[in-house]
Amino acid sequence: MKKFLASTVAASALALMLGMTSARAEETIDPNARQGGEIIATYKDDVTTLDPAIGYDWQNWSMIKSLFDGLMDYEPGTTNLKPDLAESYEISPDGKTFTFKLRHGVKFHNGREMTADDVKYSLDRVTNPKTQSPGAGFFGSIKGYDDVAAGKAEGLSGVTVVDPYTVKFELTRPDATFLHVMAINFSHVVPKEEVEKYGADFGKHPVGTGAFKLAEWTLGQRIVFERNPDYWHKGLPHLDKITFEVGQEPIVALLRLQKGEIDLPLDGIPPAKFQEVMADPEQKARVVEGGQLHTGYVTMNTTMAPFDNVKVRQAVNMALNKARIIQIINGRAVPANQPLPPSMPGYDKAYKGYPYDVAKAKALLAEAGHPDGFETQLFAMNTDPNPRIAQAIQQDLAAIGIKASIQSLAQANVIAAGGDKAGAPMIWSGGMGWIADFPDPSNFYGPILGCAGAVPGGWNWSWYCNKELDAKAAEADSIVDPAKAGERSKMWSDIYAKIMVDAPWAPVFNEQRFTMKSARMGGADNLYVDPVHVPINYDNVYVKDVQ
Amino acid sequence: MIAYLGRRLIQSLLILLGVSLITFALLYLLPADPVRQIAGRSATPQTVENIRQQLGLDQPFVVQYWHYLVKLVGGDLGRSYIQRSEVTELIVSRLPASLLLMVGAILCELLIGLSMGLIAAVKRGTATDQTLMVASFVGVSAPQFVVGLLLLYVFAVRLSWFPIGGYGTWRHLVLPSLTMGILGAGWYARMMRSSMIDVLRQDYVRTARAKGLARGAIIFRHALPNAILPVIAMIGIDIGIFMGGIVVVESVFGWPGIGQLAWQAIQRVDIPIIMGVTLVSAFAIVLGNLLADIIAPFIDPRIKLR
Repeated sequence: MKKFLASTVAASALALMLGMTSARAEETIDPNARQGGEIIATYKDDVTTLDPAIGYDWQNWSMIKSLFDGLMDYEPGTTNLKPDLAESYEISPDGKTFTFKLRHGVKFHNGREMTADDVKYSLDRVTNPKTQSPGAGFFGSIKGYDDVAAGKAEGLSGVTVVDPYTVKFELTRPDATFLHVMAINFSHVVPKEEVEKYGADFGKHPVGTGAFKLAEWTLGQRIVFERNPDYWHKGLPHLDKITFEVGQEPIVALLRLQKGEIDLPLDGIPPAKFQEVMADPEQKARVVEGGQLHTGYVTMNTTMAPFDNVKVRQAVNMALNKARIIQIINGRAVPANQPLPPSMPGYDKAYKGYPYDVAKAKALLAEAGHPDGFETQLFAMNTDPNPRIAQAIQQDLAAIGIKASIQSLAQANVIAAGGDKAGAPMIWSGGMGWIADFPDPSNFYGPILGCAGAVPGGWNWSWYCNKELDAKAAEADSIVDPAKAGERSKMWSDIYAKIMVDAPWAPVFNEQRFTMKSARMGGADNLYVDPVHVPINYDNVYVKDVQ
Repeated sequence: MIAYLGRRLIQSLLILLGVSLITFALLYLLPADPVRQIAGRSATPQTVENIRQQLGLDQPFVVQYWHYLVKLVGGDLGRSYIQRSEVTELIVSRLPASLLLMVGAILCELLIGLSMGLIAAVKRGTATDQTLMVASFVGVSAPQFVVGLLLLYVFAVRLSWFPIGGYGTWRHLVLPSLTMGILGAGWYARMMRSSMIDVLRQDYVRTARAKGLARGAIIFRHALPNAILPVIAMIGIDIGIFMGGIVVVESVFGWPGIGQLAWQAIQRVDIPIIMGVTLVSAFAIVLGNLLADIIAPFIDPRIKLR
């Protein structure tokens, strides 16, 4: 599955850029799919908002994708880009102008047709500081972004409505990730009249062009989605109705699934029950395993002694017994040796990483002038299993003489310590680890390993800033030419290999996702561990007990 | 009486003001930055500053607190940072569920606690008495999270008598009420027992017995009504314990009340919601205590309000 993903991504990106058509969108419908039926899915946490400019949670991410559409999307269950609300697009030879032709006859849930004006309005809105969108930063390459962000302009000068079905984007630099940015939730299209009608409460009254529309929202209890009969993508969605019940602890959700009361417990299988479920063949058969665009890592503050010495950081990389750490989470991960996860384009399969070698690690520490080790602090989030993982790391470090005291804190406090230059020598990223916003290697660099993120309040917790790599990253992202997609991917692999020489992180593992479903749920396995429509792709799954 | 009420009301307002000040100060001193929670990990420093300014979080503490108080007096608890909805709306939509749970819990604890205490007092010194007192001790000390899961497993999963979590019908209410009620039942059993033993020693009970009244009649007609009064007066004070309990119990049972709302808000540093729920809870506790004190003299004439 992982190999399949990695190889097809590069190929399809290439084909897509050359072809620039959307003929394949219609091919994605499963011929075995049945139409109709209702399901119940559960989440622990309440859904905060369904506004695509604001929602950035586990619960609402895929819900928003089902209520709204963007110019681009991915083929279900894969990381392969495809046009969505766009029918086709063109990229100028210099990679700085993207022109999208829109589909005709796409309607919002309120019945009005979606046009290029709506696309422009949606982007002006998401970048406007008044919207307070957590995703505004993704649009930094669009001309005029800086003026909008600074409050000097109301709209993006780089977005032009050519005619009702054509919209043109001018960028300040060639941006190879731009098509991904046009697929991310924050760029999804909203109707101006509804946003203005509800104001700040639009997130509770979402109106989009998506496969489902909101039928009911009882705060703190349930959200009900109903099939959008006018959905432009004929044949989708398969389900008539999805009821999301919120406030359900994962353990309670699992018990209800076992009793046949619900179909999808979407917070996954609780760790305490994992082995029990996997030991039962009937239940195990209903568990779908998949990779996700996630890496768990230990950051080392490169501006703080003794982690300012590269040998110390390399020693830590060699000290960690990753296989044992993975046992703590019941084997629900694969060991990581580089920042990128295996299902991400640019992941280097040939790269071996630092071996687990205690003797060598001790030798490196001695070379760095710490033959007897030193004392330091390891920050970690205080929810299970992170304190247990931190303890395992603590023991591994003790084996080479590093005495790390664990600072187990609430998520927000760990994030605050990481964003303070003198805050945290080491952080275990669990519970806060990077999950890519879109399947492109660049997404693991800028905010968490690039100089831009090494600022107070940033996410580059190792405060690693390598100007040379920053330049290389910018160079790689300027390769928009489809014929050079492979070259770009290779450049990114090199960047991450160089990062690993400097070792600001000790990558520990890539979490696997396990989605459990009821026996009546149908559809390809990869829909249940969709790498982009996280956690699952609601539009394409179906139930087998109808018709 | 009027003077007493006036004094107590002023006291209550001062308590609420104090609670708001302390909570606000604690949240202000928290090292976690709410703006970064809102801005997300992709935000540029400029976006972060923009948001900070818009929310007024760049202002000094005194100014921020003053603005909060001014809005509070107008009944405005602000908007949630993460959900972007009115806090008042969020709390109002969840309050009925919490109140229902509280009523259920009070019924459970009275029913269980009072009967246990009554039986223990009547059977004083016997094995029954000791067993009941040990049981009440277990009830008081058992963590609600464990009790909740245990009840769920036995009565919902194994026996299918009740639904596994959720909200809507009376059947959904039973297990969470029981979970909350068991804690209070322990206390009530002990209070009821000593109160009943006290009453059973009184002269009028002895007189009744000497008259040859049946044992049941003595206990239920003469002793119980007098023994129960001081215990009932405790309900108002219980509200404080409930407010602490609902956070756990509502999470276990997926009960859509304000405890669950508070728990989720705390995890996300959603300050307006945390403030709102704290103030509403404090209000409920203050009100409960006030009512308990006002009712007390009616129940027990020995108590005088001064």
